Amino acid sequence: MSAVRKDYIRPVDFKHGRVDLTHGSGGRAMAQLIEELFLHVFDNEWLRQMNDQATFSVPAGRMVMATDAHVISPLFFPGGDIGCLSVHGTVNDVAMAGARPLYLSASFILEEGFPLADLRRIVESMGRAAQTAGVPIVTGDTKVVEQGKADGVFITTTGVGVVPAGVNISGDRARPGDRILVSGTLGDHGVAVMSKRENLSFETAIESDTAALHGLVAAMLDVVPDIHCLRDPTRGGLATTLNELARQSAVGMNIRETAIPLRTEVGAACEFLGLDPLYVANEGKLVAICAAADADALLAAMRGHPLGTSAAIIGEVRQDANCFVEMETAFGGRRVVDWLTGEQLPRIC
Amino acid sequence: MPIKYVDEFRDGQLARRMAEKIAAAVRPGRGYRFMEFCGGHTHAISRYGLQDLLPPEIRLIHGPGCPVCVLPIARIDTAVTLARQPGVILASYADMMRVPGSKGMSLIKAKAAGADVRMVYSVTDAMRLARENPQREVVFFAIGFETTTPPTALLIKQAAQSGIGNLSVFCNHVLTPPALRGILDAPHPDEGLALDGVIGPSHVSAVIGTRPYEFVATEYGRPVVIAGFEPLDVMQAVLMLVQQANAGRAEVENEYVRAVTRAGNAKAQALMEEVFELRERFEWRGLGWLPASARRLRDGYAAFDAERRFAVEAAVVPDHKACECGAILRGIKRPQDCKVFGTVCTPDNPIGSCMVSSEGACAAHYSYGRFRDQRAVNA
Amino acid sequence: MCLAIPARVIELLDDSGALVDIGGVRKEISLGLVDGVGVGDYVIVHVGYALARLDEEEAARTLALFAEMGALETEEAGHAD
Repeated sequence: MSAVRKDYIRPVDFKHGRVDLTHGSGGRAMAQLIEELFLHVFDNEWLRQMNDQATFSVPAGRMVMATDAHVISPLFFPGGDIGCLSVHGTVNDVAMAGARPLYLSASFILEEGFPLADLRRIVESMGRAAQTAGVPIVTGDTKVVEQGKADGVFITTTGVGVVPAGVNISGDRARPGDRILVSGTLGDHGVAVMSKRENLSFETAIESDTAALHGLVAAMLDVVPDIHCLRDPTRGGLATTLNELARQSAVGMNIRETAIPLRTEVGAACEFLGLDPLYVANEGKLVAICAAADADALLAAMRGHPLGTSAAIIGEVRQDANCFVEMETAFGGRRVVDWLTGEQLPRIC
Repeated sequence: MPIKYVDEFRDGQLARRMAEKIAAAVRPGRGYRFMEFCGGHTHAISRYGLQDLLPPEIRLIHGPGCPVCVLPIARIDTAVTLARQPGVILASYADMMRVPGSKGMSLIKAKAAGADVRMVYSVTDAMRLARENPQREVVFFAIGFETTTPPTALLIKQAAQSGIGNLSVFCNHVLTPPALRGILDAPHPDEGLALDGVIGPSHVSAVIGTRPYEFVATEYGRPVVIAGFEPLDVMQAVLMLVQQANAGRAEVENEYVRAVTRAGNAKAQALMEEVFELRERFEWRGLGWLPASARRLRDGYAAFDAERRFAVEAAVVPDHKACECGAILRGIKRPQDCKVFGTVCTPDNPIGSCMVSSEGACAAHYSYGRFRDQRAVNA
Repeated sequence: MCLAIPARVIELLDDSGALVDIGGVRKEISLGLVDGVGVGDYVIVHVGYALARLDEEEAARTLALFAEMGALETEEAGHAD
């Protein structure tokens, strides 16, 4: 007679297994997946308590909260994946208020049939991103939907942080005379993702620039505490972000095409794909607006940080009742950089 | 690291000198109205801010060389209908996805409502879709002038040779010379012909050559300069047109000699001739019915013709009454002269062909030129 | 219309295909519409097809024309050619 091992639970098959509806039902299968994957990878004092919520103290000051849903496809792209993207995205939203990010939550909607190997890869990437950023994922949720109702996995992250006293960063604080800065080359993320879809290859690989920017922001605030505006130009690119800020602050802007940092390959890929780099998404860059007198110091602070080595001053804010963002083209003419009409699609014409 | 054959033709310093030369060449007090036929040129002019570099005597008129803009509503409706057929995968270039047909229905909206619409970058994607989905009917929504027509011809020929049975083409390929003639023919009550010259398309001409434009000079007495795609090319072409206009000459000149010859691409032309024939007439949004201005598949390739395969009924859907696209396409009116420009008719909610694609005169003006108008008003 | 871009052929592939390069970006395209194109040639690419071979001598001539025009002072002020 064979002995039945008490308490034997077959480990989750991450190599060949797939998400199925039992993983979302709240029962044993779900608990096991959570324990063997999420708790194991994210491991911290809050998750170890295995509560449905996380309890923590916060330092005194104004709190910041931000949330982002991530539905990107493909899930894996050169330089990153939906996992690290979801960590960086929310950390950055918090950081754009000048806040120090403290904690993250992560909720997953999994599609029935999604390979567990891919899920583990994504979760491990999230774990590394959270670790590097120094922002723990302290609570989360998992649901499973039927096949066809999600694109593999959707991830929503929420983050909280605290704003140091004296820092007042807001989209409505741009003033005529202010300078506009960007922290590095534009278009890398969008092109990396689109290139995968369109089967472009590169001599020097173009990778997503996905990164957590709170360290860069802290270094910037150290030198210029009175930064007026910060925003990361994600969907819709630089053009959309500048238009948003211009409208919020009721000002116009003038930028110079020759000052915008752009990798040659990214420019070439945009030509191939019929895209305008100004509208292509970035996931590891920021736009900063500060008083003219602070611009040089701010630029130096950005360039002194690993994530800002290619930072540049690209233009200035001016009085304009129409809130136009105008650009001096490399060719010497002028054009208006307008709001995007819907998502930018590649052109043939 | 410069991109060869691109960056040299975008040199800002050369641009300034060329602008000076053009300014020196124009006769003061004389107006020059040049039409850039091609939507790609319209885009380049906007993108580089070329109008700013030209003297005020020169007015650039945006022509109908935007296949998205000139496609009638009825044809968009047909594309949507095809997409909704059971089992159909409709493959379309991105440019067409958002264009609204009747009742605001577009391919992207039809997709949201459950039709299987796929965006493709190239005809080879359509072929691949057909091979990968043998139980489905793949319909390729073919649009474009003579640049895009040869790839479609090649697709059909290859499909025939490979015995592919589930691929068809909804053909809306149009021709450049008849459209030019359609513009030049329009009687203008006050001034006669509202054009002093034509900037000819770059890549259509690489295919058809410069010979097909000679009628513009010989029959209508207007100069044509075929221009390359880069901003310096366009400026050089403008200079050449000014020089012809000043001298009273009307010839076809070729600025884009690095890619265009008088005869064009014989191989591509032969392919088009083999697969397609001319329709007696075709409706152009804003221009009306133009004879021999569009293509359809020859009988030998009927199996690949979506209109025959799916028994598509021809319909006529009139344009909006307030739409001034016809006059704008002919250079008689400007976007800002249209009553509904920027109010009812915007890129998000386009009423007429000129607003429909970012190349259209009204869309380009809305995106780029609007601020000049408002500045002038506020000044 | 016709967004097209000049690219350099770096490798010939089966079935009239070619690998082209522009600014370090590579793509597979078709040479099915052109004849006599070899590695090192430049072609004008539109929707994944080469439409024409770029004549490098003519390109050089055009650029020389631009440069020469740039070098001349605007002495044409009196001329109206």
